[in-house]
Amino acid sequence: MVLTGAEIVIRCLQEEKVEYLFGYPGGAVLHIYDELFKQEKVRHVLVRHEQAAVHAADAYARSTERVGCALVTSGPGVTNAVTGIATAYMDSIPMVIISGQVPTAVIGQDAFQEVDTVGVTRPCVKHNMLVKDVKDIAATIKKAFHIAASGRPGPVLVDIPKDVTAQKCEFVYPKTVSMRSYNPVVKGHTGQIKKAVQLLLEAKRPMVYAGGGVILSDSAEKLTKLVKALGFPITNTLMGLGGFPATEKQSLGMPGMHGTYEANMAMQYSDVLLAIGTRFDDRVIGNPAHFAQVARKIIHIDIDPSSISKRVKVDVPIVGNVGDVLDEMIKLVEGTSERPDAEALSTWWKQIDEWRARDCMKYKNSDEIIKPQFVIQKLWEVTKGDAFITSDVGQHQMWAAQYYKFDKPRRWLNSGGLGTMGVGMPYAMGCQLAHPGSPVACVTGEASIQMNIQELSTCKQYRLPIKIVNLNNRYLGMVRQWQEFFHGNRYSESYMDSLPNFAKLAEAYGHVGLEIDKPSDVEGALREAFKRKNDLVFLDFKIDQTENVYPMVQGGKGLTEMILSAEDL
Amino acid sequence: MRHVISLLLENEAGALSRVSNMFSARGYNIESLTVAPTEDPSMSRMTIVSIGSDDVIEQITKQLNKLVEVVKVVDLSEAAHIERELMLIKVRATGKDREEMKRMADIFRGRIIDVTESTYVIELTGAATKLDSFLEAIDKSLILETVRTGVSGIGRGDRILRI
Ligand SMILES: Cc1ncc(C[n+]2csc(CCOP(=O)(O)OP(=O)(O)O)c2C)c(N)n1
Repeated sequence: MVLTGAEIVIRCLQEEKVEYLFGYPGGAVLHIYDELFKQEKVRHVLVRHEQAAVHAADAYARSTERVGCALVTSGPGVTNAVTGIATAYMDSIPMVIISGQVPTAVIGQDAFQEVDTVGVTRPCVKHNMLVKDVKDIAATIKKAFHIAASGRPGPVLVDIPKDVTAQKCEFVYPKTVSMRSYNPVVKGHTGQIKKAVQLLLEAKRPMVYAGGGVILSDSAEKLTKLVKALGFPITNTLMGLGGFPATEKQSLGMPGMHGTYEANMAMQYSDVLLAIGTRFDDRVIGNPAHFAQVARKIIHIDIDPSSISKRVKVDVPIVGNVGDVLDEMIKLVEGTSERPDAEALSTWWKQIDEWRARDCMKYKNSDEIIKPQFVIQKLWEVTKGDAFITSDVGQHQMWAAQYYKFDKPRRWLNSGGLGTMGVGMPYAMGCQLAHPGSPVACVTGEASIQMNIQELSTCKQYRLPIKIVNLNNRYLGMVRQWQEFFHGNRYSESYMDSLPNFAKLAEAYGHVGLEIDKPSDVEGALREAFKRKNDLVFLDFKIDQTENVYPMVQGGKGLTEMILSAEDL
Repeated sequence: MRHVISLLLENEAGALSRVSNMFSARGYNIESLTVAPTEDPSMSRMTIVSIGSDDVIEQITKQLNKLVEVVKVVDLSEAAHIERELMLIKVRATGKDREEMKRMADIFRGRIIDVTESTYVIELTGAATKLDSFLEAIDKSLILETVRTGVSGIGRGDRILRI
């Protein structure tokens, strides 16, 4: 069948079963938009800014097991998309971004809306490709989806010049991809896995440290099975929340800069640390030299060899897909009668319970002023812990991660790696489209939400009944907190002046807006919001302006050098 | 430590910049980089000389392997290997310097490949250290220009890099 390049692009997306294509039109992609118009299988979602298109596609991927897809035009379309692409790249999210390019004849001539897309995006994609011949479109898109979803996932960009979308050729969608230069490892090394299981069985102070790789490889169930069989304590990182049920006793909460006292202490003083699908990020282990002060054996499972021994030397590296490796470990544990030393384990748990007794997450609630922690706890209660929660970046993000107990994977969507303010609402959009009928809440701050506030319009157009939980402290809260702690209370440019009336703003876009300033109204407002199944409700909570996030490990400090409350300052 | 890393990569537009970008983005250093197609024109072979601790070199090879267009990577310096570099050097060759320059070229097994009344172009191949020694050995003020290709490397004996 002879088709135009544009028709081929759409046919490829249909073949890949792309349900939603998030995008924004422009000159270089007009042929593609023309073909979109003529079909109904791929549904296009018109955002109000390309950054939001990429974030929404990213959220679609995060909240499902599928590849997200976005379409943008050349030049400014692409540069607007870059933040979204870099955000997905840092968190290893499988995505395909299709961008229009100026016609091949004028590439390199500083044509109108020309930008070197492959060059601009190169450092923040898993791979990118420029298609110069209509005959290559199908194979390139096939490759893009394959690369995005396999190995360590990531965004892949396909740049297509306008003239190529108008040329014609015979369309055949390749069934398989074979690339001599790209064959990611799946199975872990059997000998290494045996060694790891032996170490775990001999451990006296074991600790499991699980990251986003568990979520990305859909291995939460397997992880839970293994950890329960061994009776070990576990901590799940910001990217790994939901990888093990947070409400189970074995869960010590999140590790790291704003992690729990017990999780950080147990990481530091364990004798065997099992790291799964995680990368010893600086926000998680603090200063690597301090981390290395205590001798322990480290087992590290990761699909990306370059993540292993990058920041911390490990003893038993296992390169492979987390799910496959966990399967083998479970088999080995189930196949032996050997069990970890019960006495040692119980002593270890006693120690952990002592750390736990410090109750590092306690906070002083108030009858007069709304505490952000209280809002999140109520959000958890009202949604029975079963909502999809997206967040922006700042204090509210940490409170959401700390106080919403995630029992299931893919329920928590945030920008962990790049820390991009502005992801919250587009994430909620992509997530709501992927899960129509499920409760989706965006926990945000008055600063972050303004970075993509225009998307209230998109939410109206597509009737996305997301709930926006705005923890409004009139400050760039996280910035203010650092200024309070480390810059002598000099609040340089961190006060958010001239804020809009958010409730009225939401109403102006055709949504429901609520303003809440009394603690006694918090629960009622949340219940009211979730009862409105068809409405977007913007909940503007006026919270305590100077509340801080605790515990805290200062940047560059050791994992156990924690500030637990204001008294430690 | 100085390492010679050899890789095979797809001979595609942009593959070279992907490699060099990775070095600059991650702050790794490149002493020299050479690349040209192999006997199979769909594939290029690149030799990179880099200096770094063992940990850094390990990361470099892992990061190179991660690039989608890179087919294979080896650290040649892990075992016996051969390194060669080509230098072309244009020198002033007049009066008594003319004879002396010819003598030095002979000692280093260089070849004079261009001659004018006042200049020579000498071609010299060898390990990088040999080229350095040649430059040391001649009178600096006579050097008009030099151009070096950077190191190419290959493993000795049975060590073979191919797919
Ligand atoms: C795009 C972007 N710009 C700047 C920052 C730096 N930053 C991190 S948190 C923060 C403040 C966020 O304020 P707000 O959204 O009100 O949340 P709060 O911390 O008050 O809960 C800033 C500016 C960032 N993460 N992202």
